[in-house]
Amino acid sequence: MIIGSIKSFGRYCVFMNHVFRVPEKWKEFFKQLIFEINKLGVDSIPLVIIISIFIGAVICIQMTINIVSPLIPSYSTGLATREILLLEFSSTMMSLILAGKVGSNIASEIGTMRVTEQIDAMEIMGINSASFIVLPKIVGFVLFVPVLCVLSMFMGLIGGALVAEFTSMLTMGNYIFGIQSFFNEWYVWYGIIKTLVFAFIITSVAAYYGYYVKGGSLEVGQASTKAVVSSSILILLADVILTKLLLQ
Amino acid sequence: MIEAKNVSKWFDGVQVLHDISAVFETGKTNLIIGQSGSGKTVFMKCLIGLMTPEEGEILYDGRKFRALNSEQKRQLRSEIGMLFQGSALFDNETVLGNVMFPLKMLSKMSHEEQLERAHFCIKRVGLENADNKFPSEISGGMQKRVAIARAIALNPKYLFCDEPNSGLDPRTSILIDNLLSDITHEYGITTIINTHDMNSVLGIGEHIVFINKGHCDWSGDDKTIFRSKSESLNDFVFASKLFREVKLFLEREYEAEENSDNP
Ligand SMILES: Nc1ncnc2c1ncn2[C@@H]1O[C@H](COP(=O)(O)OP(=O)(O)O)[C@@H](O)[C@H]1O
Ligand SMILES: [Mg+2]
Repeated sequence: MIIGSIKSFGRYCVFMNHVFRVPEKWKEFFKQLIFEINKLGVDSIPLVIIISIFIGAVICIQMTINIVSPLIPSYSTGLATREILLLEFSSTMMSLILAGKVGSNIASEIGTMRVTEQIDAMEIMGINSASFIVLPKIVGFVLFVPVLCVLSMFMGLIGGALVAEFTSMLTMGNYIFGIQSFFNEWYVWYGIIKTLVFAFIITSVAAYYGYYVKGGSLEVGQASTKAVVSSSILILLADVILTKLLLQ
Repeated sequence: MIEAKNVSKWFDGVQVLHDISAVFETGKTNLIIGQSGSGKTVFMKCLIGLMTPEEGEILYDGRKFRALNSEQKRQLRSEIGMLFQGSALFDNETVLGNVMFPLKMLSKMSHEEQLERAHFCIKRVGLENADNKFPSEISGGMQKRVAIARAIALNPKYLFCDEPNSGLDPRTSILIDNLLSDITHEYGITTIINTHDMNSVLGIGEHIVFINKGHCDWSGDDKTIFRSKSESLNDFVFASKLFREVKLFLEREYEAEENSDNP
């Protein structure tokens, strides 16, 4: 098991070495890049909006219900909601969700290209298929993911505001005051930095599993499952390490 | 001319190719025939370097494939066209996009020249008015044609085809076979075709290599194939009722010939 992981990691590194090559045709690269930004990034916006609004609302409700002590000021509901969103939800949780969407998409797409010999067809032409297929996906998603992260933070806060507006659990003024107090700008950057790393993990791990598929459509399905599981675990691992590094 | 010398290949300790030697001639349609699972695809992938044989040597007009550096390999690759068993068209590109792909990626032509060349190739394989269709929207036979157009786009010196007519009806198969044969002779390409179809053997087999369970059991041409003494080859060739009848017919012919030779 351990030897297996080390071997996979070695293969992953070799794979990344093939991926990170200067594109042979910049024009084609940029075309692919725009295409991938659209497909992986822009198409994820609705999902991010919906999930963030709901989770923001739920966090806000939970905080209101659970913080019932006369010693704690009432604006702490808004403050806690904001901190949870900025620190963990919009980066880590959002990335876990995107690992499911984007990761499985990449792994199954590349896996299908492998089993239908499209990758071999490129190799036979003398094209570096790893770089041609994978690099625009990694670069595109990593470039766009900060937008998703900030959007998620914003939408989460709106979710909380909706609770304040439509329930009598807390007042809007209180909530707004809460989310504005003790604001530390670094937390936003911290969230964005984490998301960048996670985006790299999602795309590269999924591409790795897809690229080395052997067999047929069954194996493509398995590869996309493995990609999501592995990248989720790696995201959580990286979360611990980054939090220790960035917030100490 | 492509030569394979004593090629052997193992997968996880199982030997799939046993010491295969063969010669494929320039300007001819060379056929590799054999039952399904006999190792034709693996042999072809060894020839083009998608797989590396553990033993043996592949020579392209005298150039040892193994000895080439990566730049020379790229150069050689640009002289190779390949038609995969499942066509291997790029799903997210149109017909035109597929044929343009090698031109865009590898040639120094201007966009107009690329378009012209792509249209020429598409026309050459007899496909028109399908430029903007996606691979999933056209029939298997048309996909094969697109794949041929893509394979010949860069004027290859060597053309490899893995079961070009598997999954096609007999008529379309013959059309594809003839197209490959015509292109081979027209441009003097070294063409190698994997097939298990006896109709192709009779139709376009100029030089034939028979592979049985990873061994090269026989090689020759479409005349001598019916007179071979190789048991495994006869089992393969005369598997169908039709060809058993052809055999009876031919045997009578040979007898008649011999009788007329020595009266
Ligand atoms: N990548 C692979 N790994 C392990 N075994 C393989 C691989 N590819 C082919 N084989 C085995 O090699 C043998 C020959 O396969 P193949 O060349 O595909 O036959 P065919 O003549 O039908 O093209 C088969 O027994 C197959 O199981
Ligand atoms: Mg085969």
